[in-house]
This record gives sequence, C-alpha cells and structure tokens, in this order.
Amino acid sequence: MPNAPLLELENLSTHYVSAQGTRVVRAVDDVSLRIHAGETLGIVGESGSGKSTLALTIMRVLPPAARIVSGKMMFEGEDLLQKSDEEMQKVRGRRMAMILQDPMASLNPLFTIGNQVGESIRVHEGASRATAWNRARELLKAVRIPSPETRVRQYPHEMSGGMRQRIVGAIGISCEPRLLIADEPTTSLDLTIQAQYLNLLRDLQREHGLALIFITHNLGIVAKMCDQLAVMYAGRVVEQGPVSRIFSAPAHPYTRALLGSIPRMTDNREHLTAIDGQPPDLAALPPGCAFAPRCPMAFARCRAEAPPECAVDEGRTARCWLAVPDADAKVELKRSNVA
Amino acid sequence: MSTTSEVLTLPSQAPRFGFIRGLRLSGFPMIPTAILLGIAFVAVFANQLAPHNPEVGSLVARFKPPFWETGGTTKYLLGTDQLGRDVLSRLIFGARVSMVVGITAVLFAGVVGTTLGIISGYLGGWVDQLIMRLTDTWLALPALTFAIFLAAIVGPSMWNIVIILGITYWTRYARVIRGEVLSLKEREFVRLAIVAGCSKWTIMRRHILPNVINSAVVLGTLMLGVVIITEATLSFLGIGVPPPQPAWGLMLSDGKQSLMVGRWWLTIFPGCAIMLMVLSANILGDWLRVKLDPQLRQL
Amino acid sequence: MKQYIITRIGYCLLSLFLLSLTIFFFVRVTGDPATLLVEPGASPDDIAAIHHQFGLDRPLLVQYGLFMVSVVTGDLGQSFYYRTPVLELYWSRLPYSVMLATAAMAFSLLLGIPSGILAAVRVGRFWDSAGKVFALLGLSLPSFWVGLVLILVFSVYLGWLPSSGAGTPLHLIMPAFALGWYFAASHMRLTRSSMLEVLGSEYVKLARLKGLPQSLVIAKHAFKNALIPVLTLAGINFVIMISVAVVVETVFAWPGVGRLLYEGIAFRDFPVVQGTVLMLGAMTVIVNLVVDVLYAVIDPRIRLAS
Repeated sequence: MPNAPLLELENLSTHYVSAQGTRVVRAVDDVSLRIHAGETLGIVGESGSGKSTLALTIMRVLPPAARIVSGKMMFEGEDLLQKSDEEMQKVRGRRMAMILQDPMASLNPLFTIGNQVGESIRVHEGASRATAWNRARELLKAVRIPSPETRVRQYPHEMSGGMRQRIVGAIGISCEPRLLIADEPTTSLDLTIQAQYLNLLRDLQREHGLALIFITHNLGIVAKMCDQLAVMYAGRVVEQGPVSRIFSAPAHPYTRALLGSIPRMTDNREHLTAIDGQPPDLAALPPGCAFAPRCPMAFARCRAEAPPECAVDEGRTARCWLAVPDADAKVELKRSNVA
Repeated sequence: MSTTSEVLTLPSQAPRFGFIRGLRLSGFPMIPTAILLGIAFVAVFANQLAPHNPEVGSLVARFKPPFWETGGTTKYLLGTDQLGRDVLSRLIFGARVSMVVGITAVLFAGVVGTTLGIISGYLGGWVDQLIMRLTDTWLALPALTFAIFLAAIVGPSMWNIVIILGITYWTRYARVIRGEVLSLKEREFVRLAIVAGCSKWTIMRRHILPNVINSAVVLGTLMLGVVIITEATLSFLGIGVPPPQPAWGLMLSDGKQSLMVGRWWLTIFPGCAIMLMVLSANILGDWLRVKLDPQLRQL
Repeated sequence: MKQYIITRIGYCLLSLFLLSLTIFFFVRVTGDPATLLVEPGASPDDIAAIHHQFGLDRPLLVQYGLFMVSVVTGDLGQSFYYRTPVLELYWSRLPYSVMLATAAMAFSLLLGIPSGILAAVRVGRFWDSAGKVFALLGLSLPSFWVGLVLILVFSVYLGWLPSSGAGTPLHLIMPAFALGWYFAASHMRLTRSSMLEVLGSEYVKLARLKGLPQSLVIAKHAFKNALIPVLTLAGINFVIMISVAVVVETVFAWPGVGRLLYEGIAFRDFPVVQGTVLMLGAMTVIVNLVVDVLYAVIDPRIRLAS
C-alpha cells in the first residue's frame, strides 16, 4: 500500500459570497483530509454540513458565487488549485470522476445513453464514435445492466431509477479514473436496489483499484462500505479516522449523538433520540465551536473558542476541547497556517 | 483557525438614512418614476402648460420646423403640423389621452381580470373550465387583431377604446391571478376560514383578494406599456381616439404623410413621447416585479 | 404520442369553434349588424335585402348556423371595394405576409438567440447588461415607429432603401427589421432565461464534471435543451407576426394580409374586416396545433411515450 496519499486536502475553505458581498456562507471551513489509493473514505453529515460543496470543490466545479478562499488540494502530487481551468478539464472525468445524487436530473434527456456514456471517452481519449459506442456497451455490461445492446440506444426517461444510477456510475468509471466521488448515490434509490448498487460499487472499486469517496448521511452504508470516515458539521470536519474505531468509541459529541440516534430493533426505548436544536446558519456561525449550542457536554471554552483538530489516537482526530488532554498544552495534528 | 474577520457585515440601514435614500439602496428606478409622474403632471395641467390650442391651428403657420432649425420660431417650439397646430401643445394634450386611456384601461382590465381570475381559481369546476376556455380563445387571437376588430365594429371614441382595451387585456390578468389563487387555496389560513364557516364569497374577498393584489399591481404596471402601444397603434391606424383630439399615435399618422419630404419633427417627437412613457412603465414594472414577489419572475 | 396529438386536435377544434362564436357574437351584440354588412350609402331596399340574406330577423341560433355554414364552405362574403370574394383576396395577399414574417422571424432569431446565449453565459457582466438594455428597447418601441424612423433615415436622408411597396429584396429589409425588432427582444429574453436555467441543471453540472470543455458543454448539452422553449415560442410568434404586421404593412404599403385589414377599415369594407380577422384567428389556432405536434416529434420524452 503506497504511503503517499492519492488525494490530500489541507485547510481547505470554500465560501459562498452573495451578490452584494454582504453575506458570506462558510460552506467548507478549514477541511483537511487524505485518502489513499484503493481506500474508501466516507463523509457523513446533515444536510447543509458542506459535504456536497466539498465534493464540488475537489472537482473545482463550483457555482460562480463560490470561492475557494484558502488551502491546498494535492492530487497525485499536484496542487489542483494551481491548475487553470483547461488543465482541470483534463483531470475531471479522466483522473477524478464524480457521481451525482439524482440520476434522472444528471442525464440529458435529449441524448441517447450510448452518446452520454461514451462522451468522456471521446473527449479524453479522442476515440471515434464507433469505438466510444462499443466501449459504452461494455461499460453498461460492467455495471450489470441487462441487454446493453438495446439499452445503449435508448433515452434516459426509458430507464428505471436504479438503472439510471448504474449508467451514471458507468459514466464515472468510463475513463478509468483513480478517484471516484459518489455524492449520495443511493439516496434516491429504492431500499431494495440500494444494496445491489453498493455491491456493484464495491466490486468496481476492487476491479479498477479505485479510491472511493462516499458522501452520505446514512451511517449504515458507512459501516458497510467505508474504511475511513470523516464527520462533517457546519462545514468543518469534527472527527475523522478508521470507521471501526469511530463506531466503537466516538470521540466527538456530535458523532456520539449521530450513532446514538440510530434506532435499533433491540431497543426498549419508547422515544427516538434526536439531537436537540437546529443546524447553524453557515453565514452567521457562533465564535466558538459550531456544535456548542447543541452539545450536551459543552463548557465555557467551547462557546468562546473554536477547537482545533487534535489527535485522539493514532490516525484519528477530533475537533473538540474534550479531546484535548490538557487545556493549555495540546498535541495538535495540524497548525492552521493560512498561506 | 478561521476567524470572523473575513465575514462582511450588512451596512446599517437605520431610519436616519431617510426614506429616499432607503429607496435608492433598493435600486428603485427614480428616473422612470419621475418621468411617469411628470407625464401625469403634464396631463393634469395640460390646459395651463400648453402654449396653444391643440385642436385649432393657423393655416398660415403650417409645417413650421422646431425653433432651432431655419424657418422655425420660438412661438412654436417644436414646430407645427399640416393644419398649423402646435406640436408641443398637441404632445401635452396627447399625454392626457395616453394617461387617461392607459390607466383606465389597465384598471378596467385589472378589475375584471382579477375578479374572474379569483372566481375561476377558487370555485373551480365548470366555472373554471368555462372561463379558462374563453381566455384561451381570446388569447389565441392576437390582442391587436382583436382590438382592431372591435374598434372597427363600434366606431371610434375615447371611451370605446378604453372598453375595447379592457376587453382585450383582461385575459392576461385572469390567467396569472388564477394561478396564484390555485396555490393560495391550499394554504392554512384559507382552510381555517373554511372550517370557521365563512362563505365562499367572504373568503374570496377577505382572504384571497389581498394576497393577489401584489401580482395584480405588478401586472398592471407591465400592462400599462402594452396598452399604450396598442392605443397608439389603433390611433395610428385611424380607429383609435378620433380627431381632432390629439393622441400621439394620431400625430404619427399625420406625420407620415409628410415624412418623405423630411418633416422629421412630426414623427420623432410623438414617438419619443410614447417611448419615454412605455420605457418608464416597463422599467418600473420590472423593478416592482422583482421587489414585490420573486415568484413572479415568470411574468 | 398519438394520444397527445388527438387531444391537441380536439383543443384546436374547440378553439376554432369559440373563435367563430366570439366574432359572431360581437358583430351581433353591438347594434344593428346590417349597418356593418351593407355598403356605405346603401338604400333602405338594400338594407332589407341584407336583413334577408343574413337572416337578421331570424333567431340567433339560426343566424349562427347560417354563419357557420358559410364559413365552413369558404364563403366569407364579398368585398365592397374590390368586388371579389374575401377569401380570394386573403389568399392572394397571404404570400406577401408570409414572406415578411419569414424575413422578420429570421432576423429576430439571428439577433435574439445569440445575444440571449451571450447574455446567459456572461451573466452579470457587460453583455448581459447590454442585452437587458436591448430587451427593454425592443419591448418599449412601437414597431410602426421603428419603421417610420427607418424610413426617415434610410429613405429620406440616405436614400438607400425604398420606402414602400414590394418587389425587390431591398423592399423587404426595413419592414422586416421593424416587424422583427420587438420579437428579437422577446426571443433574447427567453433564450437568456432558458439558457440560465439549463446552465444550472444537474446534467450540465455532470457534463462539466466529466471534464468536457466549456464550449462543448454549451454547444451540445446546454444549447439544444435551452432552445426548446425558444423555438416553441418562435413558432407561435410566427403567426402572431403575420397578425401584428398590420401596422408595419401599412407604414410600408406592403401588400400583405395586414394591409388588407387596414384597407377594410379605411374603406369601411366590413366583410373584409370580418373575414380577415376570422382567417387570422383560425391560422393562429392551427399553427399552434402544428407547433405542438412538432414539439412532440422533437422531444423524445413525448415521442416515445406509449
């Protein structure tokens, strides 16, 4: 297993600025992550926690109102933030790919499946229409779509939701990328199909040696699919590390609350456990820890000062004052140095 | 760790800024509104402002160019037409016609259209179907053609024109208002009123109506421009406001006769007047549309 | 798709029916139709004859029946002025109107669509603001005034273009511009908003994520999708153009259907007025139907719906 990470994010921040420049939404705030080849990293958080913006930031396909204000993104040793848009175009779809959440909306209704699946191949590898068409057919087979010869000629609205999502998956792997980002790929699928799809993703990952970033709000999927986990809250990563260790002993109160809120069949409790309060307004974050207003274990320091990422044990960090053994002397994993 | 230093804050909008300043900050179109108010002012005080009688001219002073050209005099600032009538005076009185016809027609169309829209949207059923089919048909025929047809039947007079324009354009209101009512119907406060036992008419009057006024007003400002252009078109074709009453469209029609000989002032000035008024109404309407209800952007 | 087409045809027929009803109603309701249907300067005998011919003393329903029968058989009356059947006059003038509308439509699309795309792609910047100004001017200037100003500039002062009649392509330029100007603005606006919507869609996002160059994203994915509503509008606008051209045709003495309508009004030739309005309305409804059907053919979502 190579030691150098495939993708490494350092202190990445992405802000949305309103048209008049009056409102700044800190969608991604000082995020540091890394993923190695062949690994699966899960990113978990509520809606509005910044997971999707993070994914779009990595791919550098942000809407015009968004700005990457600081940080570094090293992919295979190159800083993606230094690249021009033309250079990024060669990376996107070819070395890094992404799957979006809603497969019906992701596919252009006016073009055939074959056209859309083969498109990246034509653009990135200069393949002819015929070659791309054949490759498209093979790709459909690889994502286990029955009768690919007929499907290739059809239009998106003629497919079921599950099939469409596989097609989007096929588009993702069409140019053999090293990294695949999946943004809530199963959220719009029926439960019965979800398991099949996840198995497919896992098999594809193994066959192609893909690194997979799996964005979801579903901890069950994380348990099944991921090696590493990063928990996001209010645009910040509050805890990250190996999945098994986080699940068995969560260090951050938010993670603990998330895990605790999953109802179990064996529970005798009568009430569902929810987390009190509302997610914060990302344009007006409190000065201290973003989770403090809702945290059952918050104390004075939490509200005054935002905690840095601290090492909890090997390979695991948490952004919480509770994880700091001594309030003054800390073993910080990262000192923020805005370049 | 990122701090709050990068966060920009909203400029203070305390009342000490004053009403005008506050309007300015929200992008209120001051100039167009000023123009419209100016035209309204001119229309009201036409008798005082116009230097000459707009309907009677002196044949001796025919076709005088504006005062800055050779042959022009300061007596007739913007020149005279083929009957020796002062262009400026006719423009001023024409403003009255445009204002009166424009506003009245828009109000008429608005009242009828909003009422029918509310009834159609709220009552639903065959009433809705009937009204909608009717609007569909009337919308199928271009407004201008329909207006021309009606004008040809009833003959020219200012009030006929107002009625015709009202009949032609109420359908636009009806459609939009009906759409609004359909979504309003599902809202809580309407359901509450029904449960409380209010009659249909009461609900429509007291609950639905105030909520659609916004859209009606926005639509009204947008329609003002359209109505004025239609009125000008009808007058130009000779079936609008009848002579000798000065209407800008009529002035353009007269001006056309002598266009080929280069008497440009008979064409340019009335046209500019129309353009100013319609442009101002459109800008104001656009701003209102964005301000009052972002959902109306489809209009 | 068959179902869709049949429904559309049904609506079309209903609209035609209501159209004829509307025209019939308005003629009858505003006083004595005889004054309209009879030539200026007719004697009481003539008026009595008209009463008999149109059955004006018979019940309304019968009158409507007679009216519909004559309409359906193509008898729209006879022009007082030209002494020829109205329908014949209409058909003889229609080609000119179509020619004018085609030129104006081409102009409006050639100007409107690219400027709309440009405004959307450069949203918030210079070209977008320029586009907004253009749109505003287009919607605020009456077409006939644009025509008059054009004549002033190009015929009177520059002497480049002829100011009236038809005959050479030169005659077509100014009327087409005057007529198309408003629609260019309207098309530009719609193209811009449609394009903006498409550019914000998920499939365009995915296209970018695939690493497709921006030019391909716009030209292939955005363009075709954005154009659908615009072309639909253009199709409907074509017939509207023919109807609205009445003023432009009058200004330029262009021998089309619009000018025919104007003549009908000017000469108090009511059969011409009624017949032309009826035909214009019918054309609008039928063309709307054709556009709806074409839509079904282009958009695979409707075409393949079983």
